[in-house]
Amino acid sequence: MTAEPGKARLSPRKKQRISRGVQYALLVAIVVGVVLYADWPSLAQNFTKLDVAEKALPELFTIALRNTMIYAVGGFVLSFVFGLLLALMRLSTVGPYRWISTIYIEIFRGLPALLIFLMITFLPLALPGFEVPGGTFGQGILGLGLIGSAYQAEVFRAGLQAVPKGQTEAARSLGMSAFRAQLTVVIPQAIRIVIPPTTNQFVSLLKDSSLVFFLGVSGQYVELAKFGNDLASQYANATPILVAGVTYLIVTIPLGYLASRLEHRKGTRR
Amino acid sequence: MTHAIEIKDLHKHFGDNEVLKGIDVTVEPGQVVCVIGPSGSGKSTLLRCVNLLEQPTRGQVRVQGVDVTDPDVDIDAVRRHIGMVFQQFNLFPHMTALQNVMIAQQRVLRRGKRAAEVVARENLDKVGVIDKCDAFPAQLSGGQQQRVAIARALAMNPDLMLFDEPTSALDPELVGDVLAVMRKLAEEGMTMLVVTHEMGFAREVADRVVFMDGGVIVEDGPPAQVIGDPRHERTRSFLSRVLHPED
Repeated sequence: MTAEPGKARLSPRKKQRISRGVQYALLVAIVVGVVLYADWPSLAQNFTKLDVAEKALPELFTIALRNTMIYAVGGFVLSFVFGLLLALMRLSTVGPYRWISTIYIEIFRGLPALLIFLMITFLPLALPGFEVPGGTFGQGILGLGLIGSAYQAEVFRAGLQAVPKGQTEAARSLGMSAFRAQLTVVIPQAIRIVIPPTTNQFVSLLKDSSLVFFLGVSGQYVELAKFGNDLASQYANATPILVAGVTYLIVTIPLGYLASRLEHRKGTRR
Repeated sequence: MTHAIEIKDLHKHFGDNEVLKGIDVTVEPGQVVCVIGPSGSGKSTLLRCVNLLEQPTRGQVRVQGVDVTDPDVDIDAVRRHIGMVFQQFNLFPHMTALQNVMIAQQRVLRRGKRAAEVVARENLDKVGVIDKCDAFPAQLSGGQQQRVAIARALAMNPDLMLFDEPTSALDPELVGDVLAVMRKLAEEGMTMLVVTHEMGFAREVADRVVFMDGGVIVEDGPPAQVIGDPRHERTRSFLSRVLHPED
């Protein structure tokens, strides 16, 4: 049977409508399946027990979130400064600077963050008598800083390279030295360019701060993940972990929005 | 008397590409010299060799008697005396017009903030954009940006000015304002080396016109001769293409 021209058995629009109907039906089936299968009372008992959640207060904020912020902000400051230095080295005309920076960046971006934290716990064994200044906070910040600076270096490198060459030329032809031109003209513009990706870097450090867990912290030094886990063990109930998770989201989601807002605003002054 | 600029047997290669093939030019103090020629002829490269934005491959570039290619010369100190204006303006986008004109005075000449601001305002006034002091470059038209860029160079009290196609990136109706400023500078006796496609400006303002093609200087003389009565066939064909593009 041959279809008449312009009168296909199923028009593309009809086909699309049918396909979409099938997809909706499938989705509904999956949701219904989950709802019927899940053991709601048990879930509620284990994850949303209010009296257990209340036990988390006020230490959830006064200790756990505070410490998470200390680890994250400390690691971020370290990676910002060190990352800028690494990026400048990577773009340097001096060969050895480039090599050192490239090797560092490749190693610390290639290793799992967890492994680096585990290594930090062994530092005193490797270097007898050596102690990371600042105790547990120092160790956590060092670990996050080591990892963060490798990523932040690449962010800065992209930012520095995005500043047009004419900017350096204009600065140099006004008599500025190469160093002065970088400091006054290039770096301020590069920092503006990298604000959105840097915000994302901070979010990622904030989440990685949970790896402080493996430094074997306790008491005053616990951050959100460890805090949630400890309470969960104590009450044999998962609610504190959910509470810790929500606390992370309270910080990370607004930061994510901020980053995308900044990204859209970029360019208004250029 | 020392020449403002003295270029001898200047060669510049980019890899295998020989852009300048032996250039000799001198510019006397107070002179305005316009360099014209087809694109790719090496005009901009020549200009950029004067303040060492490009490192010459061979030859000599003397600015007020100082050989800028000498490794012992403090190039930053030499550049302080040479103002440069770019085709793309290259204003600093994170600073206002006023800050653009102040920053090098403060950081390079070590002028105080007050003194730098007075000089900046004088020069912004001179180029006719004093009302745009607090505007950022992105808020200015191309013509205004280029005039701020000229003010930025003038604020360093340069002994000579280099212009690298200063009007080529401008909308046609904005070209006049920038040329008027350059004309005023020329009348005040500023030494200027100008790469340009503006034949009217070259004819009326320049003391000498240099025609370049293929990395060499084909013709060098007063505008009445080079533009008005060119001796070389290459100059004639270039001028006829520029002056009568529709023929």
